[in-house]
Amino acid sequence: MPPTDEILVHARGLTKRFDAFTAVNAVDFDVRTAEAFGFLGPNGAGKTSTMRMIACSSPVTEGELSVIGMDPRTQAPQIKARLGVVPQTDNLDAELSVEENLLMYARYFDMPMSVARPRAAELLEFMQLSERAGDQVEPLSGGMKRRLTIARALINDPELIILDEPTTGLDPQARHLLWERLYRLKQRGATLIITTHYMDEAEQLCDRLVVMDKAEIVAAGTPRELIEKHATREVLELRIPDSARNALDGRLDGIADRVEELPDRYLLYADDGEQALEAVHGREIPIDSALVRRATLEDVFLRLTGRSLVE
Amino acid sequence: MAVLAGSRPRTPTVTGAIAGAARVLQRNLLVYRRTYRGSLFGSFLTPLLYLTAMGIGLSQLMANGGSTMLGGVEYLDFLGPGILASSCMQTASFESTYPIMGKISWRRNYEAILATPMEVHHLLIGELSWIGFRLTTMAAVFLFVLTLFGIPRSPLALLAIPAAVLTGVAFAAPIIAFAATRHNDSGFAALFRFVINPLFLFSGTFFPVSQLPDPVEWVAAATPLYHGVALVRGAVLDAMPSSWPLHALYLVVFVAVTGYIAHRLLRRRLVK
Repeated sequence: MPPTDEILVHARGLTKRFDAFTAVNAVDFDVRTAEAFGFLGPNGAGKTSTMRMIACSSPVTEGELSVIGMDPRTQAPQIKARLGVVPQTDNLDAELSVEENLLMYARYFDMPMSVARPRAAELLEFMQLSERAGDQVEPLSGGMKRRLTIARALINDPELIILDEPTTGLDPQARHLLWERLYRLKQRGATLIITTHYMDEAEQLCDRLVVMDKAEIVAAGTPRELIEKHATREVLELRIPDSARNALDGRLDGIADRVEELPDRYLLYADDGEQALEAVHGREIPIDSALVRRATLEDVFLRLTGRSLVE
Repeated sequence: MAVLAGSRPRTPTVTGAIAGAARVLQRNLLVYRRTYRGSLFGSFLTPLLYLTAMGIGLSQLMANGGSTMLGGVEYLDFLGPGILASSCMQTASFESTYPIMGKISWRRNYEAILATPMEVHHLLIGELSWIGFRLTTMAAVFLFVLTLFGIPRSPLALLAIPAAVLTGVAFAAPIIAFAATRHNDSGFAALFRFVINPLFLFSGTFFPVSQLPDPVEWVAAATPLYHGVALVRGAVLDAMPSSWPLHALYLVVFVAVTGYIAHRLLRRRLVK
């Protein structure tokens, strides 16, 4: 199902403060029904705080927020009844079995057991966990726990699914299985809101996304739009011998739209990477290696949020 | 583009609160299914050990003279109901510390539950109901053991069950409030060492509070255990003091006030 024009989550000037600290500073965004919407940003950028406000787990400090047409301030339980939430760290019930986790969660949504049982069986099947239904949660692998957490979030057949870093800490096989399942959910018409700091994940899954940095939204659009706006079509990565680096003296100027110097290499942003490489050869700049690749969201992300570590 | 139109807010109802709390109770019962045998056996063993060791052993020593101070009853009869009330205090206190802390911050069960339409008051009422259930089974087994020792005087002794449960819940509510403010479990050891154990020793379980110096007696009389012991002992020995409505009222008000505080503190901890 393609995204529609109907707005499911609407935020204007949305702000979250903890005492003197502003976690989210007056952000505006709209999430449309049946789209996958991403929040990207470094740690501490305000993604999780924003998600928690949408999930009605954290009160809005200031600004306007409507979720499925309702106000989280006064209608949190009604909104939550129609949400599925996958938190950043699993909070499964370790004292219950895999299946009991789903059945008990269904009870929290006031679903009768006669509805919950077939639903739980179906979700275990969907998440490839049927064989572990009777097992305790603790011995499950990280990927299985994540899948169970997602299955649990789907028990009430939610219209909006909120996933906070769904694949952090998983191995590539587990990530790809999850992406495929999330994609299938989207095909069925669910609206997804995802935070991640994996750019490939955002490119794979998100129809539209915003990049957050220091509590604010610094860019918004489709992955393609963001790349076009904030990067070039291609990137030329050059490794230049240390001996030659000091003698470069602006010899890379004018070859590309933008040149970024990193400790180990140079990034030349150009629409035609091969052409830029020819120009480098033309100027007889000594190089160890050269790589032409398409610009990715990662380039956009690093450009917008900087390269320094946030810890 | 249009922002989706929503429905009107719902007003919270008493039936909603009961239904929500019932789910928390159901969850704990589901877990209890795996451990109830050991727990019931413990409920059986505790009074047996106390009454054998302290009751039979000690009461021989004080067979002469003690009885007047105890209001004319044998020491075993005096001790049995006191141990019932204070065991409920101890179990309720334990259930309100580590398990609650675990659900707040170690395993974060409450975070998971609060992502659903469930609300903080459902969690609190549910946990208190669960503790009430545990105490009911415990008090029933306990009373059975007291019967084996021939302590209860009449069927009125059955009233000791609700009285003992109320006593325990009067500890559960403030201790849940305390747990909601803790970020690690170090405060719990201090709670047991400096509050629960002294109360166990000085709130009328082993000897009448009137034996204590006046100021200590007043402190003891301000604690829920003192009132709980008075009610439980009155029921078991068919000698309800005329002041029983005051004892009961004290406990009910204590639960209401500390329960209100527990709700505030849990909310502050879980919703931010």
